[in-house]
Amino acid sequence: MSEDIVLDIRKDYVLSKLREGERIDGRKFNEYRPIEIRTGLIEKAEGSALVKIGNTQVIVGIKMQPGEPFPDTPDKGVIITNAELVPLASPTFEPGPPDENSIELARVVDRGIRESEAIDLNKLCIEEGKKVWLVFIDIHAIDDDGNLMDASALAAISALLNTRVPAEKFGLGDDYPLPVRDLPVAVTSLIIEDKVIVDPCKDEENASKNFITITTDSNDNIVAIQKSGSYLLTEEKFYEVIDLSIEKAREIRKLLKEV
Amino acid sequence: MASEDVKRLKGEIKLIVDGKRLDGRAFDELRPIKIEAGVLKRADGSCYLEMGKNKVVAAVYGPREVHPRHLQDPIKAVVRYRYNMAPFSVEERKRPGPDRRSIEISKVSREALEAVIMKELFPRCGIDVFVEVLQADAGSRTACLNAASVALVDAGVPMRGMISSVAVAKVEGHLVLDPTKEEDFYGEADIPFAFFIRNDKIESIALLQMDGRVTKSELMEALQMAKKGALEIYRMQKEAIKSRYIIEEADENE
Repeated sequence: MSEDIVLDIRKDYVLSKLREGERIDGRKFNEYRPIEIRTGLIEKAEGSALVKIGNTQVIVGIKMQPGEPFPDTPDKGVIITNAELVPLASPTFEPGPPDENSIELARVVDRGIRESEAIDLNKLCIEEGKKVWLVFIDIHAIDDDGNLMDASALAAISALLNTRVPAEKFGLGDDYPLPVRDLPVAVTSLIIEDKVIVDPCKDEENASKNFITITTDSNDNIVAIQKSGSYLLTEEKFYEVIDLSIEKAREIRKLLKEV
Repeated sequence: MASEDVKRLKGEIKLIVDGKRLDGRAFDELRPIKIEAGVLKRADGSCYLEMGKNKVVAAVYGPREVHPRHLQDPIKAVVRYRYNMAPFSVEERKRPGPDRRSIEISKVSREALEAVIMKELFPRCGIDVFVEVLQADAGSRTACLNAASVALVDAGVPMRGMISSVAVAKVEGHLVLDPTKEEDFYGEADIPFAFFIRNDKIESIALLQMDGRVTKSELMEALQMAKKGALEIYRMQKEAIKSRYIIEEADENE
Protein backbone atom coordinates (compact mmCIF):
# COMPACT_ATOMS: atom_id res chain seq x y z
CA MET A 1 0.00 0.00 0.00
CA SER A 2 2.70 2.49 1.02
CA GLU A 3 4.47 1.54 -2.18
CA ASP A 4 1.35 2.52 -4.16
CA ILE A 5 1.38 5.97 -2.56
CA VAL A 6 5.04 6.42 -3.40
CA LEU A 7 4.23 5.38 -6.97
CA ASP A 8 1.43 7.96 -7.15
CA ILE A 9 3.72 10.71 -5.89
CA ARG A 10 6.42 9.73 -8.41
CA LYS A 11 3.79 9.67 -11.14
CA ASP A 12 2.62 13.21 -10.32
CA TYR A 13 6.24 14.33 -10.33
CA VAL A 14 6.88 12.76 -13.76
CA LEU A 15 3.75 14.39 -15.19
CA SER A 16 4.36 17.85 -13.72
CA LYS A 17 7.95 17.82 -15.00
CA LEU A 18 6.75 16.85 -18.48
CA ARG A 19 4.27 19.71 -18.47
CA GLU A 20 7.23 22.01 -17.88
CA GLY A 21 8.94 20.37 -20.86
CA GLU A 22 11.41 18.36 -18.78
CA ARG A 23 12.06 14.75 -17.79
CA ILE A 24 12.77 13.71 -14.19
CA ASP A 25 16.32 12.65 -15.01
CA GLY A 26 17.05 15.78 -17.01
CA ARG A 27 17.07 14.06 -20.40
CA LYS A 28 15.69 15.60 -23.57
CA PHE A 29 12.52 14.00 -24.93
CA ASN A 30 14.49 12.32 -27.72
CA GLU A 31 17.46 11.29 -25.60
CA TYR A 32 18.42 7.76 -24.54
CA ARG A 33 20.08 6.95 -21.27
CA PRO A 34 23.74 5.87 -21.65
CA ILE A 35 23.98 2.60 -23.57
CA GLU A 36 26.62 -0.01 -22.87
CA ILE A 37 27.09 -3.23 -24.83
CA ARG A 38 29.32 -6.10 -23.70
CA THR A 39 29.54 -9.28 -25.71
CA GLY A 40 30.85 -12.79 -25.19
CA LEU A 41 30.47 -12.90 -21.42
CA ILE A 42 28.88 -16.36 -21.33
CA GLU A 43 31.47 -18.83 -22.62
CA LYS A 44 29.07 -21.78 -22.65
CA ALA A 45 26.74 -20.00 -25.04
CA GLU A 46 27.39 -19.79 -28.78
CA GLY A 47 26.95 -16.04 -28.46
CA SER A 48 25.99 -13.64 -25.71
CA ALA A 49 25.62 -9.99 -24.84
CA LEU A 50 24.83 -7.82 -21.86
CA VAL A 51 23.16 -4.54 -22.66
CA LYS A 52 22.69 -1.73 -20.18
CA ILE A 53 20.45 1.19 -20.93
CA GLY A 54 20.80 3.35 -17.85
CA ASN A 55 20.06 0.99 -14.96
CA THR A 56 18.17 -1.48 -17.11
CA GLN A 57 20.15 -4.65 -17.78
CA VAL A 58 19.38 -7.53 -20.10
CA ILE A 59 21.46 -10.57 -20.99
CA VAL A 60 20.82 -12.49 -24.17
CA GLY A 61 22.38 -15.88 -24.77
CA ILE A 62 22.36 -17.70 -28.10
CA LYS A 63 22.37 -21.47 -28.23
CA MET A 64 22.43 -23.46 -31.46
CA GLN A 65 21.83 -27.07 -32.34
CA PRO A 66 20.84 -29.07 -35.41
CA GLY A 67 17.15 -29.90 -35.69
CA GLU A 68 14.24 -30.33 -38.05
CA PRO A 69 13.16 -27.47 -40.32
CA PHE A 70 9.57 -26.26 -40.59
CA PRO A 71 7.72 -28.10 -43.40
CA ASP A 72 7.06 -24.84 -45.29
CA THR A 73 10.71 -23.72 -45.16
CA PRO A 74 12.67 -26.98 -45.63
CA ASP A 75 15.92 -25.24 -46.58
CA LYS A 76 16.02 -22.56 -43.88
CA GLY A 77 17.33 -22.39 -40.34
CA VAL A 78 14.90 -21.75 -37.51
CA ILE A 79 14.82 -18.87 -35.02
CA ILE A 80 13.23 -19.46 -31.61
CA THR A 81 12.99 -16.44 -29.33
CA ASN A 82 12.03 -16.62 -25.70
CA ALA A 83 12.00 -14.05 -22.90
CA GLU A 84 12.04 -14.60 -19.19
CA LEU A 85 11.16 -11.80 -16.84
CA VAL A 86 12.79 -13.39 -13.83
CA PRO A 87 11.72 -12.23 -10.34
CA LEU A 88 15.25 -11.03 -9.68
CA ALA A 89 14.73 -8.17 -12.13
CA SER A 90 11.79 -6.41 -10.49
CA PRO A 91 9.61 -6.55 -7.38
CA THR A 92 6.60 -6.95 -9.68
CA PHE A 93 7.86 -10.00 -11.62
CA GLU A 94 6.70 -13.36 -10.39
CA PRO A 95 8.01 -16.83 -11.10
CA GLY A 96 5.96 -19.07 -13.36
CA PRO A 97 5.16 -19.54 -17.02
CA PRO A 98 5.64 -16.48 -19.27
CA ASP A 99 2.82 -13.95 -19.04
CA GLU A 100 1.53 -11.81 -21.89
CA ASN A 101 4.19 -9.16 -21.33
CA SER A 102 7.13 -11.51 -21.67
CA ILE A 103 5.50 -13.19 -24.67
CA GLU A 104 4.98 -9.83 -26.32
CA LEU A 105 8.57 -8.82 -25.56
CA ALA A 106 9.96 -12.00 -27.12
CA ARG A 107 7.72 -11.80 -30.17
CA VAL A 108 8.52 -8.17 -30.93
CA VAL A 109 12.27 -8.81 -30.64
CA ASP A 110 11.84 -11.91 -32.81
CA ARG A 111 9.95 -9.97 -35.48
CA GLY A 112 12.70 -7.36 -35.78
CA ILE A 113 15.38 -9.99 -36.32
CA ARG A 114 13.26 -12.21 -38.55
CA GLU A 115 11.78 -9.52 -40.80
CA SER A 116 15.03 -7.61 -41.29
CA GLU A 117 16.48 -10.98 -42.37
CA ALA A 118 19.39 -10.19 -40.07
CA ILE A 119 20.30 -13.88 -39.93
CA ASP A 120 20.85 -15.44 -43.34
CA LEU A 121 18.68 -18.50 -42.70
CA ASN A 122 19.47 -19.98 -46.12
CA LYS A 123 23.05 -20.51 -44.93
CA LEU A 124 21.83 -22.47 -41.92
CA CYS A 125 20.56 -25.45 -43.89
CA ILE A 126 22.49 -28.65 -43.25
CA GLU A 127 20.40 -31.13 -45.24
CA GLU A 128 17.30 -29.87 -47.03
CA GLY A 129 14.06 -31.00 -45.42
CA LYS A 130 15.93 -32.99 -42.75
CA LYS A 131 18.41 -30.98 -40.77
CA VAL A 132 18.93 -27.28 -40.26
CA TRP A 133 20.44 -25.12 -37.53
CA LEU A 134 18.07 -24.01 -34.78
CA VAL A 135 19.00 -20.63 -33.30
CA PHE A 136 17.67 -20.12 -29.79
CA ILE A 137 17.58 -16.49 -28.68
CA ASP A 138 16.99 -16.42 -24.94
CA ILE A 139 16.32 -13.05 -23.37
CA HIS A 140 17.02 -12.80 -19.68
CA ALA A 141 16.00 -9.53 -18.08
CA ILE A 142 18.05 -8.98 -14.94
CA ASP A 143 17.21 -5.41 -13.90
CA ASP A 144 14.08 -3.65 -15.12
CA ASP A 145 14.40 0.10 -14.83
CA GLY A 146 12.27 0.66 -17.91
CA ASN A 147 12.46 -0.02 -21.63
CA LEU A 148 13.24 -3.71 -21.47
CA MET A 149 12.10 -3.87 -25.09
CA ASP A 150 14.93 -1.86 -26.63
CA ALA A 151 17.53 -3.35 -24.28
CA SER A 152 16.39 -6.87 -25.22
CA ALA A 153 16.37 -6.17 -28.96
CA LEU A 154 19.80 -4.59 -28.78
CA ALA A 155 21.18 -7.43 -26.67
CA ALA A 156 19.73 -9.97 -29.11
CA ILE A 157 21.38 -8.51 -32.20
CA SER A 158 24.64 -7.91 -30.28
CA ALA A 159 24.67 -11.52 -29.15
CA LEU A 160 23.99 -12.75 -32.69
CA LEU A 161 26.95 -10.70 -33.98
CA ASN A 162 29.06 -12.49 -31.41
CA THR A 163 27.75 -15.99 -32.26
CA ARG A 164 29.80 -18.83 -33.73
CA VAL A 165 27.98 -21.78 -35.27
CA PRO A 166 29.11 -24.80 -33.19
CA ALA A 167 29.61 -27.12 -36.17
CA GLU A 168 32.54 -29.01 -34.67
CA LYS A 169 30.57 -30.06 -31.59
CA PHE A 170 28.05 -31.82 -33.84
CA GLY A 171 30.58 -33.30 -36.27
CA LEU A 172 29.64 -30.88 -39.05
CA GLY A 173 33.04 -29.37 -39.84
CA ASP A 174 34.72 -26.28 -38.46
CA ASP A 175 32.96 -23.63 -36.39
CA TYR A 176 32.20 -20.43 -38.27
CA PRO A 177 30.67 -17.05 -37.45
CA LEU A 178 26.89 -16.83 -37.72
CA PRO A 179 26.03 -15.03 -40.98
CA VAL A 180 24.50 -11.72 -39.84
CA ARG A 181 23.70 -9.30 -42.64
CA ASP A 182 21.57 -6.56 -41.11
CA LEU A 183 21.36 -4.59 -37.88
CA PRO A 184 17.74 -4.16 -36.81
CA VAL A 185 17.28 -1.64 -34.00
CA ALA A 186 14.11 -1.27 -31.93
CA VAL A 187 13.18 2.16 -30.63
CA THR A 188 10.43 2.42 -28.03
CA SER A 189 8.60 5.65 -27.41
CA LEU A 190 6.16 6.48 -24.66
CA ILE A 191 3.23 8.75 -25.32
CA ILE A 192 2.50 10.73 -22.21
CA GLU A 193 0.87 14.12 -21.57
CA ASP A 194 0.46 14.41 -25.35
CA LYS A 195 4.25 14.25 -25.72
CA VAL A 196 6.52 11.62 -27.22
CA ILE A 197 9.55 10.54 -25.20
CA VAL A 198 12.03 7.82 -26.15
CA ASP A 199 13.56 5.22 -23.88
CA PRO A 200 11.18 5.56 -20.92
CA CYS A 201 12.64 4.83 -17.50
CA LYS A 202 10.61 2.89 -14.91
CA ASP A 203 9.08 5.98 -13.27
CA GLU A 204 7.91 7.17 -16.66
CA GLU A 205 6.50 3.72 -17.47
CA ASN A 206 4.59 3.79 -14.20
CA ALA A 207 3.02 7.09 -15.25
CA SER A 208 1.91 5.85 -18.68
CA LYS A 209 1.69 2.51 -20.44
CA ASN A 210 1.22 3.98 -23.90
CA PHE A 211 4.10 2.44 -25.83
CA ILE A 212 4.98 2.13 -29.45
CA THR A 213 8.02 0.21 -30.65
CA ILE A 214 9.31 0.67 -34.18
CA THR A 215 12.16 -1.47 -35.47
CA THR A 216 14.12 -0.34 -38.51
CA ASP A 217 16.85 -1.96 -40.59
CA SER A 218 20.14 -0.54 -41.86
CA ASN A 219 18.37 1.06 -44.85
CA ASP A 220 15.81 2.89 -42.67
CA ASN A 221 13.09 0.47 -43.74
CA ILE A 222 10.51 -0.29 -41.08
CA VAL A 223 10.56 -4.00 -40.26
CA ALA A 224 8.37 -4.25 -37.17
CA ILE A 225 5.86 -2.14 -35.27
CA GLN A 226 4.04 -2.84 -32.06
CA LYS A 227 1.62 -0.43 -30.48
CA SER A 228 1.26 -1.57 -26.89
CA GLY A 229 -1.10 -0.20 -24.27
CA SER A 230 -4.76 0.79 -24.21
CA TYR A 231 -4.63 4.21 -25.80
CA LEU A 232 -5.56 5.93 -29.02
CA LEU A 233 -2.74 7.02 -31.28
CA THR A 234 -3.29 9.99 -33.57
CA GLU A 235 -1.97 10.01 -37.10
CA GLU A 236 0.28 13.01 -36.38
CA LYS A 237 1.87 11.29 -33.36
CA PHE A 238 2.37 8.14 -35.42
CA TYR A 239 4.33 10.03 -38.07
CA GLU A 240 6.33 11.81 -35.38
CA VAL A 241 7.26 8.46 -33.83
CA ILE A 242 8.33 6.98 -37.19
CA ASP A 243 10.79 9.83 -37.84
CA LEU A 244 12.07 9.71 -34.29
CA SER A 245 12.58 5.94 -34.43
CA ILE A 246 14.54 6.11 -37.68
CA GLU A 247 16.78 8.87 -36.32
CA LYS A 248 17.44 7.15 -32.99
CA ALA A 249 18.02 3.75 -34.59
CA ARG A 250 20.76 5.27 -36.76
CA GLU A 251 22.59 6.51 -33.65
CA ILE A 252 22.28 3.18 -31.84
CA ARG A 253 23.42 1.28 -34.94
CA LYS A 254 26.70 3.22 -34.76
CA LEU A 255 27.27 1.80 -31.28
CA LEU A 256 26.52 -1.68 -32.58
CA LYS A 257 29.10 -1.36 -35.33
CA GLU A 258 31.78 -0.61 -32.76
CA VAL A 259 31.11 -3.88 -30.93
CA MET B 1 4.65 -29.01 -49.30
CA ALA B 2 2.28 -28.73 -52.23
CA SER B 3 3.98 -28.18 -55.58
CA GLU B 4 1.99 -24.98 -56.02
CA ASP B 5 3.63 -23.61 -52.88
CA VAL B 6 7.08 -24.40 -54.20
CA LYS B 7 6.29 -22.62 -57.46
CA ARG B 8 5.09 -19.56 -55.55
CA LEU B 9 8.22 -19.49 -53.47
CA LYS B 10 10.30 -19.55 -56.63
CA GLY B 11 8.19 -16.70 -57.99
CA GLU B 12 6.74 -18.82 -60.79
CA ILE B 13 3.19 -18.05 -59.74
CA LYS B 14 2.34 -14.39 -59.48
CA LEU B 15 -0.03 -13.05 -56.85
CA ILE B 16 -0.83 -10.02 -58.96
CA VAL B 17 -1.64 -10.33 -62.65
CA ASP B 18 -2.56 -7.37 -64.90
CA GLY B 19 -3.13 -5.08 -61.92
CA LYS B 20 -5.60 -7.51 -60.30
CA ARG B 21 -5.26 -9.86 -57.38
CA LEU B 22 -5.70 -13.62 -57.66
CA ASP B 23 -9.29 -13.42 -56.41
CA GLY B 24 -10.05 -10.63 -58.89
CA ARG B 25 -10.13 -7.82 -56.34
CA ALA B 26 -8.72 -4.35 -56.87
CA PHE B 27 -5.82 -3.36 -54.58
CA ASP B 28 -8.07 -1.34 -52.28
CA GLU B 29 -11.02 -3.72 -52.24
CA LEU B 30 -12.23 -5.65 -49.19
CA ARG B 31 -13.23 -9.30 -49.25
CA PRO B 32 -16.98 -9.93 -48.97
CA ILE B 33 -18.14 -9.28 -45.41
CA LYS B 34 -21.15 -10.67 -43.61
CA ILE B 35 -22.10 -9.50 -40.13
CA GLU B 36 -24.93 -10.64 -37.92
CA ALA B 37 -25.51 -9.31 -34.40
CA GLY B 38 -27.20 -11.15 -31.54
CA VAL B 39 -26.62 -14.72 -32.68
CA LEU B 40 -26.12 -16.34 -29.27
CA LYS B 41 -28.84 -16.81 -26.68
CA ARG B 42 -26.83 -17.01 -23.45
CA ALA B 43 -24.36 -14.22 -24.07
CA ASP B 44 -25.23 -10.61 -23.19
CA GLY B 45 -24.09 -9.60 -26.64
CA SER B 46 -22.83 -11.52 -29.63
CA CYS B 47 -21.90 -11.33 -33.27
CA TYR B 48 -21.13 -13.71 -36.12
CA LEU B 49 -18.85 -12.31 -38.78
CA GLU B 50 -17.34 -13.48 -42.04
CA MET B 51 -14.53 -11.65 -43.76
CA GLY B 52 -13.59 -13.59 -46.85
CA LYS B 53 -13.00 -17.13 -45.62
CA ASN B 54 -12.63 -16.02 -42.00
CA LYS B 55 -15.57 -17.13 -39.91
CA VAL B 56 -15.60 -15.88 -36.33
CA VAL B 57 -18.10 -15.60 -33.52
CA ALA B 58 -17.81 -13.15 -30.64
CA ALA B 59 -19.61 -13.15 -27.30
CA VAL B 60 -19.69 -10.51 -24.57
CA TYR B 61 -20.53 -11.27 -20.96
CA GLY B 62 -20.94 -8.38 -18.59
CA PRO B 63 -20.56 -5.96 -17.06
CA ARG B 64 -20.68 -8.61 -14.33
CA GLU B 65 -18.94 -9.51 -11.10
CA VAL B 66 -15.24 -10.31 -11.52
CA HIS B 67 -13.89 -13.67 -10.47
CA PRO B 68 -11.41 -14.18 -8.92
CA ARG B 69 -12.27 -11.16 -6.83
CA HIS B 70 -8.71 -9.96 -6.29
CA LEU B 71 -8.74 -8.95 -9.97
CA GLN B 72 -11.44 -6.34 -9.30
CA ASP B 73 -10.57 -2.71 -9.83
CA PRO B 74 -12.30 -0.33 -7.39
CA ILE B 75 -12.43 2.53 -9.88
CA LYS B 76 -13.16 0.92 -13.24
CA ALA B 77 -14.23 -2.23 -15.05
CA VAL B 78 -11.72 -4.90 -15.97
CA VAL B 79 -11.82 -5.90 -19.62
CA ARG B 80 -10.74 -9.39 -20.62
CA TYR B 81 -10.38 -10.59 -24.20
CA ARG B 82 -9.79 -14.10 -25.38
CA TYR B 83 -8.87 -14.78 -28.99
CA ASN B 84 -9.06 -18.51 -29.55
CA MET B 85 -8.63 -20.60 -32.67
CA ALA B 86 -10.63 -23.78 -33.10
CA PRO B 87 -8.40 -26.81 -33.82
CA PHE B 88 -10.13 -27.25 -37.20
CA SER B 89 -9.86 -23.61 -38.24
CA VAL B 90 -6.59 -24.00 -40.14
CA GLU B 91 -5.05 -26.38 -42.70
CA GLU B 92 -2.99 -28.30 -40.13
CA ARG B 93 -4.88 -29.03 -36.92
CA LYS B 94 -4.05 -26.45 -34.28
CA ARG B 95 -3.41 -27.76 -30.82
CA PRO B 96 -6.29 -26.57 -28.62
CA GLY B 97 -5.72 -23.83 -26.08
CA PRO B 98 -3.80 -20.57 -26.08
CA ASP B 99 -0.41 -20.46 -27.83
CA ARG B 100 2.01 -17.53 -27.77
CA ARG B 101 0.49 -15.96 -30.86
CA SER B 102 -3.04 -16.07 -29.42
CA ILE B 103 -1.86 -14.56 -26.15
CA GLU B 104 -0.20 -11.65 -27.96
CA ILE B 105 -3.24 -11.08 -30.20
CA SER B 106 -5.54 -11.17 -27.17
CA LYS B 107 -3.39 -8.56 -25.44
CA VAL B 108 -3.28 -6.01 -28.26
CA SER B 109 -6.95 -6.57 -29.15
CA ARG B 110 -8.01 -6.06 -25.54
CA GLU B 111 -5.99 -2.86 -25.39
CA ALA B 112 -7.70 -1.57 -28.54
CA LEU B 113 -11.17 -2.14 -27.05
CA GLU B 114 -10.21 -0.86 -23.60
CA ALA B 115 -9.36 2.47 -25.17
CA VAL B 116 -13.00 3.00 -26.24
CA ILE B 117 -15.04 1.14 -23.59
CA MET B 118 -16.25 3.49 -20.87
CA LYS B 119 -14.76 1.39 -18.09
CA GLU B 120 -15.12 4.15 -15.50
CA LEU B 121 -18.90 3.57 -15.44
CA PHE B 122 -18.53 0.07 -14.00
CA PRO B 123 -16.21 -0.04 -11.00
CA ARG B 124 -15.48 -3.55 -9.65
CA CYS B 125 -17.06 -5.14 -12.75
CA GLY B 126 -15.68 -7.33 -15.44
CA ILE B 127 -16.45 -7.22 -19.15
CA ASP B 128 -15.46 -10.46 -20.85
CA VAL B 129 -15.06 -10.66 -24.60
CA PHE B 130 -14.60 -14.13 -26.06
CA VAL B 131 -13.92 -14.59 -29.73
CA GLU B 132 -13.69 -17.98 -31.39
CA VAL B 133 -12.09 -18.34 -34.79
CA LEU B 134 -14.02 -21.13 -36.53
CA GLN B 135 -12.12 -20.72 -39.77
CA ALA B 136 -9.04 -18.61 -40.37
CA ASP B 137 -7.74 -17.13 -43.60
CA ALA B 138 -5.41 -14.21 -42.86
CA GLY B 139 -6.67 -11.22 -40.94
CA SER B 140 -8.43 -13.28 -38.30
CA ARG B 141 -7.42 -10.80 -35.60
CA THR B 142 -9.07 -7.99 -37.57
CA ALA B 143 -12.23 -10.06 -38.17
CA CYS B 144 -12.37 -10.87 -34.45
CA LEU B 145 -12.06 -7.23 -33.41
CA ASN B 146 -14.82 -6.23 -35.84
CA ALA B 147 -17.06 -8.93 -34.40
CA ALA B 148 -16.15 -8.06 -30.80
CA SER B 149 -16.98 -4.42 -31.40
CA VAL B 150 -20.47 -5.30 -32.68
CA ALA B 151 -20.99 -7.78 -29.82
CA LEU B 152 -20.12 -5.07 -27.28
CA VAL B 153 -22.73 -2.77 -28.78
CA ASP B 154 -25.20 -5.66 -28.80
CA ALA B 155 -24.50 -6.17 -25.09
CA GLY B 156 -25.23 -2.50 -24.46
CA VAL B 157 -21.74 -1.75 -23.16
CA PRO B 158 -21.19 2.04 -23.35
CA MET B 159 -18.40 2.96 -25.74
CA ARG B 160 -16.94 6.22 -27.00
CA GLY B 161 -17.18 4.93 -30.56
CA MET B 162 -16.67 1.84 -32.68
CA ILE B 163 -13.56 -0.19 -33.40
CA SER B 164 -13.17 -1.23 -37.03
CA SER B 165 -10.18 -3.23 -38.11
CA VAL B 166 -8.48 -4.24 -41.35
CA ALA B 167 -5.00 -5.19 -42.50
CA VAL B 168 -2.89 -3.97 -45.40
CA ALA B 169 -0.21 -6.15 -46.96
CA LYS B 170 2.62 -5.48 -49.36
CA VAL B 171 2.58 -8.00 -52.18
CA GLU B 172 5.01 -7.96 -55.08
CA GLY B 173 5.68 -4.29 -54.41
CA HIS B 174 2.01 -3.27 -54.24
CA LEU B 175 -0.01 -2.39 -51.16
CA VAL B 176 -3.21 -4.41 -50.96
CA LEU B 177 -6.16 -4.11 -48.57
CA ASP B 178 -7.46 -7.03 -46.51
CA PRO B 179 -4.97 -9.70 -47.72
CA THR B 180 -5.81 -13.36 -48.19
CA LYS B 181 -3.74 -16.17 -46.73
CA GLU B 182 -1.56 -16.41 -49.85
CA GLU B 183 -0.97 -12.67 -49.99
CA ASP B 184 -0.06 -12.60 -46.32
CA PHE B 185 2.23 -15.62 -46.50
CA TYR B 186 4.09 -14.78 -49.68
CA GLY B 187 3.88 -11.00 -49.34
CA GLU B 188 6.60 -8.69 -48.10
CA ALA B 189 4.72 -7.14 -45.19
CA ASP B 190 1.54 -7.40 -43.14
CA ILE B 191 0.14 -4.42 -41.22
CA PRO B 192 -3.02 -4.97 -39.15
CA PHE B 193 -4.76 -1.75 -38.11
CA ALA B 194 -7.78 -0.98 -35.94
CA PHE B 195 -9.33 2.46 -35.75
CA PHE B 196 -11.46 4.34 -33.29
CA ILE B 197 -14.39 5.65 -35.34
CA ARG B 198 -17.01 8.08 -34.11
CA ASN B 199 -19.81 9.76 -36.11
CA ASP B 200 -18.56 8.29 -39.39
CA LYS B 201 -15.13 9.81 -38.81
CA ILE B 202 -11.83 8.08 -38.10
CA GLU B 203 -10.45 9.60 -34.92
CA SER B 204 -7.31 7.62 -34.17
CA ILE B 205 -5.44 4.32 -34.25
CA ALA B 206 -6.42 1.74 -31.62
CA LEU B 207 -4.33 -1.20 -32.82
CA LEU B 208 -1.21 -1.21 -34.92
CA GLN B 209 1.24 -4.00 -35.56
CA MET B 210 3.52 -4.70 -38.44
CA ASP B 211 5.98 -7.25 -39.67
CA GLY B 212 7.80 -7.33 -42.96
CA ARG B 213 9.66 -4.56 -44.67
CA VAL B 214 8.24 -1.23 -45.82
CA THR B 215 9.48 2.29 -46.31
CA LYS B 216 8.07 5.21 -44.38
CA SER B 217 6.08 6.44 -47.39
CA GLU B 218 4.62 2.97 -47.98
CA LEU B 219 3.56 2.87 -44.36
CA MET B 220 1.82 6.23 -44.70
CA GLU B 221 0.08 5.02 -47.85
CA ALA B 222 -0.96 1.80 -46.10
CA LEU B 223 -2.52 3.83 -43.31
CA GLN B 224 -4.68 5.79 -45.77
CA MET B 225 -5.73 2.57 -47.51
CA ALA B 226 -6.64 0.96 -44.19
CA LYS B 227 -8.66 4.00 -43.14
CA LYS B 228 -10.77 3.79 -46.26
CA GLY B 229 -11.37 0.05 -45.75
CA ALA B 230 -12.17 0.52 -42.06
CA LEU B 231 -14.85 3.10 -42.85
CA GLU B 232 -16.55 0.61 -45.17
CA ILE B 233 -16.47 -2.02 -42.43
CA TYR B 234 -17.79 0.51 -39.93
CA ARG B 235 -20.86 1.12 -42.11
CA MET B 236 -21.52 -2.62 -42.31
CA GLN B 237 -21.13 -2.97 -38.54
CA LYS B 238 -23.67 -0.20 -38.05
CA GLU B 239 -26.08 -1.83 -40.49
CA ALA B 240 -25.79 -5.16 -38.65
CA ILE B 241 -26.63 -3.52 -35.34
CA LYS B 242 -29.53 -1.53 -36.81
CA SER B 243 -31.10 -4.53 -38.53
CA ARG B 244 -30.91 -6.55 -35.34
CA TYR B 245 -32.96 -3.99 -33.46
CA ILE B 246 -35.43 -3.34 -36.26
CA ILE B 247 -36.32 -7.05 -36.19
CA GLU B 248 -36.67 -7.04 -32.41
CA GLU B 249 -39.07 -4.10 -32.50
CA ALA B 250 -41.16 -5.77 -35.17
CA ASP B 251 -41.43 -8.89 -32.99
CA GLU B 252 -42.60 -6.87 -30.03
CA ASN B 253 -45.34 -5.22 -32.09
CA GLU B 254 -46.86 -8.50 -33.16
